[in-house]
Amino acid sequence: MFFDPANFRHPAFRQGMVDTLKVAPGIWAWGLMTGVAMVQAGLSPTMATLMTLVIYGGSAQLAAIPLLVAGAPVWVILATAFCVNLRFAVFSLHLRQYMMAWPRSQRLCIGYFIADMNYVQFVHSYPQASETSEGQRSEMAYLSGNCFLNWFGWQVSGLAGVVLAAQVPLQWGLGFAGVLALFGILCSLCQTRMRVISLAVAGAAAVAAYALPMRLNILVAIAAAVAVCVVIEQTPLAGKKVNS
Amino acid sequence: MELSEVFTALGLGLITLVTRCFFFISERELPFPSWAHRGLQYAPIAALAAVVVPEILVSHGALVTTWLDARLFGAAAGAGFYFYKRGQGQAVLGTIIVGMAVYLPLRIGLGW
Repeated sequence: MFFDPANFRHPAFRQGMVDTLKVAPGIWAWGLMTGVAMVQAGLSPTMATLMTLVIYGGSAQLAAIPLLVAGAPVWVILATAFCVNLRFAVFSLHLRQYMMAWPRSQRLCIGYFIADMNYVQFVHSYPQASETSEGQRSEMAYLSGNCFLNWFGWQVSGLAGVVLAAQVPLQWGLGFAGVLALFGILCSLCQTRMRVISLAVAGAAAVAAYALPMRLNILVAIAAAVAVCVVIEQTPLAGKKVNS
Repeated sequence: MELSEVFTALGLGLITLVTRCFFFISERELPFPSWAHRGLQYAPIAALAAVVVPEILVSHGALVTTWLDARLFGAAAGAGFYFYKRGQGQAVLGTIIVGMAVYLPLRIGLGW
């Protein structure tokens, strides 16, 4: 965790923070607009502040806003957020090989903070989980620095959005910067033909099934993409061998 | 603020924790068959695409039916920049900046 000196005194902590800065403007704009959107949709500033501090997930917050305003049942709101956050569960499976070196308390502590950018930048910086305790410390220090700055920037910009809600018109659509940040990450993941196929199938399925309640279209899209990829990976369509 | 709102916010925070830690909460071996292991390597990009693609292509609950949508041009410009700069450190940041530089004038200026 980032308050552990063994992490923040490690050089990898700084490297993690530097990498976060590469996508920070998108995160700040997204955080700002999420704060603005919550207040402008009619949530009280107290509730908007609590949501920013506790949830720390822009896409789940945005998905929850209309449901909260409409007075939807709590379980529907939670189920919707779960579907929107399914991608994190998928990331966590990949991260498991890095995490199991640490006690559960440490895993949960850092796990809460691993957002989209942090996952992608971390596995890009550490393609293989280390076997040595030195390497594992470097991984944890990097992840701590990377997550810390991302979290801090999100909180500051989100709370600024709550305060400035009356001054920033939603019509400007600044929140699109957050979509572009995720979109840029998506582009960076397009390294093999199979991944591009997975993206295309999931994207098409998510749009086609958009009318499903509780964002179940996301579950449908993941299932469709995985099924199609498993079927065609042994065929010539798959192109070059997937290496990671 | 009502108590039910507080519980909803805390519940959503718990969802964040549980989903982000989902597969490393337990120490037990994961009993996945081999096809599932192969399939799951395609899941991260699918899961992200399932969230991002509708944000660009869906309007009022259905696929966009007009070209006059600033998101389409912003995303296209961003992708164009990314693949032009591919492999360089600031490519994702550039995607955001170039995309917004195209998106904002269309959105604020022309109201697309």
